[in-house]
Amino acid sequence: MNKKQLMKGNEALAEAAIRAGLQGYFGYPITPQSELLEYMSRELHKRGGAFVQAESEIASINMVYGAAGAGARVMTSTSSPGYSLMQEGISYIACAELPCLLVNVVRGGPGLGTIQPSQGDYFQAVKGGGHGDYKLIVLAPNSVQEMADFTYIGFDLADQYRMPVLILTDGALGQMMESVVFPEYDIEKNRTNHSSWATTGRVNGREQHVITSLHLQSEDMEKQNQILQKKYRKIEENEVRFETIQTEDADFLLVAYGLSARIAHKAVNLAREEGLKVGLLRPISLYPFPYQAIEDLSAKVSGILTVEMSAGQMVEDVRLAVNGKVPVGFYGRMGGMIPQPDEILEEIKKLYSPKRRQ
Amino acid sequence: MSEKIKDNVIESMKEVWERTKLLHDAPNHYCPGCGHGVVHRLIMEAVEELGVMDRTIAIAPVGCSVLAYNYLNVDTQQAAHGRATACATGIKRVFPDKIVFTYQGDGDLAAIGTGETIHAVNRGDKFLIVFINNGIYGMTGGQMAPTTLEGAKTSTSPDGRDVDLMGHAIRIAEMLALLPGAYYITRQAVNSAKAVRKAKKAIKKALQYQIDGKGGTCLVEVVSNCPSGWKMTPEESNKYLDDEVFDFYQLGDIKVPPKEEK
Repeated sequence: MNKKQLMKGNEALAEAAIRAGLQGYFGYPITPQSELLEYMSRELHKRGGAFVQAESEIASINMVYGAAGAGARVMTSTSSPGYSLMQEGISYIACAELPCLLVNVVRGGPGLGTIQPSQGDYFQAVKGGGHGDYKLIVLAPNSVQEMADFTYIGFDLADQYRMPVLILTDGALGQMMESVVFPEYDIEKNRTNHSSWATTGRVNGREQHVITSLHLQSEDMEKQNQILQKKYRKIEENEVRFETIQTEDADFLLVAYGLSARIAHKAVNLAREEGLKVGLLRPISLYPFPYQAIEDLSAKVSGILTVEMSAGQMVEDVRLAVNGKVPVGFYGRMGGMIPQPDEILEEIKKLYSPKRRQ
Repeated sequence: MSEKIKDNVIESMKEVWERTKLLHDAPNHYCPGCGHGVVHRLIMEAVEELGVMDRTIAIAPVGCSVLAYNYLNVDTQQAAHGRATACATGIKRVFPDKIVFTYQGDGDLAAIGTGETIHAVNRGDKFLIVFINNGIYGMTGGQMAPTTLEGAKTSTSPDGRDVDLMGHAIRIAEMLALLPGAYYITRQAVNSAKAVRKAKKAIKKALQYQIDGKGGTCLVEVVSNCPSGWKMTPEESNKYLDDEVFDFYQLGDIKVPPKEEK
């Protein structure tokens, strides 16, 4: 039986990764994700994987590239400035179609910023970040349990679509302790055999395998782009994940992800106590984004408020989904500050009106 | 000679040379006289002779040899500029039985990838670095490299490299030899038949160390030419190596494994 354990988010994620059959971890210290690196340094060698503390995030992501290209289940983790440094490598990994798991425990920016939690990396996580047209599947947990759960899902999705999957979390979820239960997971059953394309050596004289993102002829480069875009359309069709809370009778909708969604949930409860019919939609997959779900709900409410720990990044996607049908407001705190439920309630009251029923 | 007699003569002739089996039968894109083709052949001969094709993984750089996998018929990963050794570390740490080598130019290894190079060697990661040093950025059109000799003219040192403004030519093999993780470091050339034979021996030796699981990183630097970038004929470029370049980049072993020391 898998028993309940009290763990930090960073450690739960690390433990889940090892249980998911992690073969290699490559990382560099940065607050607030260092517990993850430290956990791996303690545990991974003992449990059959390779651990390297790299000389930089640039080296880390390129170690991931190498090992993923050779067919291994591998990952790295970092926090915002380190994630910025990894962008070139991620662009290569996306183009070369290598499966791997990335973790960004976001802190406040820009610049060296702060070590406090933030959601200021939405753009670089969801809109590409590096050069060229590419996407990652981006999963946003909002609890220690989900930090663990999404790790298994992330590895499996990475294998299934041959692409990097990013867990976009933040310093608070990484650092806080909650109970977590690790699900049963059959590594052999779930791990994909990559020998049809990975660089393993030309076993039995088979054809050469090449991992590259270079296509010098424009026609070839466009073709590779089309392959990627086709894959992304499939993902948009099949992998949208979101949660709705009290949206059935809602006159007004909050949209928030990750830690903000937990706080927004509190604000929903406060509003309901005062008789305001407020609901919450929490995007879980930030890419693919739940455009359709938000569009559908926008027809039923009088207005929407997006809450983020940023100057307003995801709100652009919410506005794309709503397409002007109802007003979309924004409330955010920046630089490591966390929005409070009563602050959100204040904002709701400024925008709230009961939906005129037909 | 009648056709029949001609066939008989051909049949009776013994084949003494053939294309290296692990090179693709493809025309290469290197400029006439360039050393890359020779070094490609030497590595593939060594891999074939050592019988490790089925577990060999090459890492191509960014630079003239970015398309090395079009010629080297082994599994290959093309790494980001300067990151070949990090890529190799990733593979080798998860799959220690694989035989891994990086193939990098001087811009890739000694400029943008200096950090990755030093730390891979400092960790003593057990793979081979083949370092082609021709003192110039060939692919991008002949700009100054960290290895460009003092006074040498390039497209970004048009009046010759002024060390006060542009820094000095870097002997990175000697720097790396200071690190305990370096197992075997040698500097070779391919501008004469004799040099080619010696370079082949060095490459084969380095791969053998890796096959035997010997402790540390091996680096074979090949001081090579760039006729196009140097604005010389191939012949002139090979002579220039002998006359000028080898004075600064002296050929020979720089660090050998402990038990081989005399």
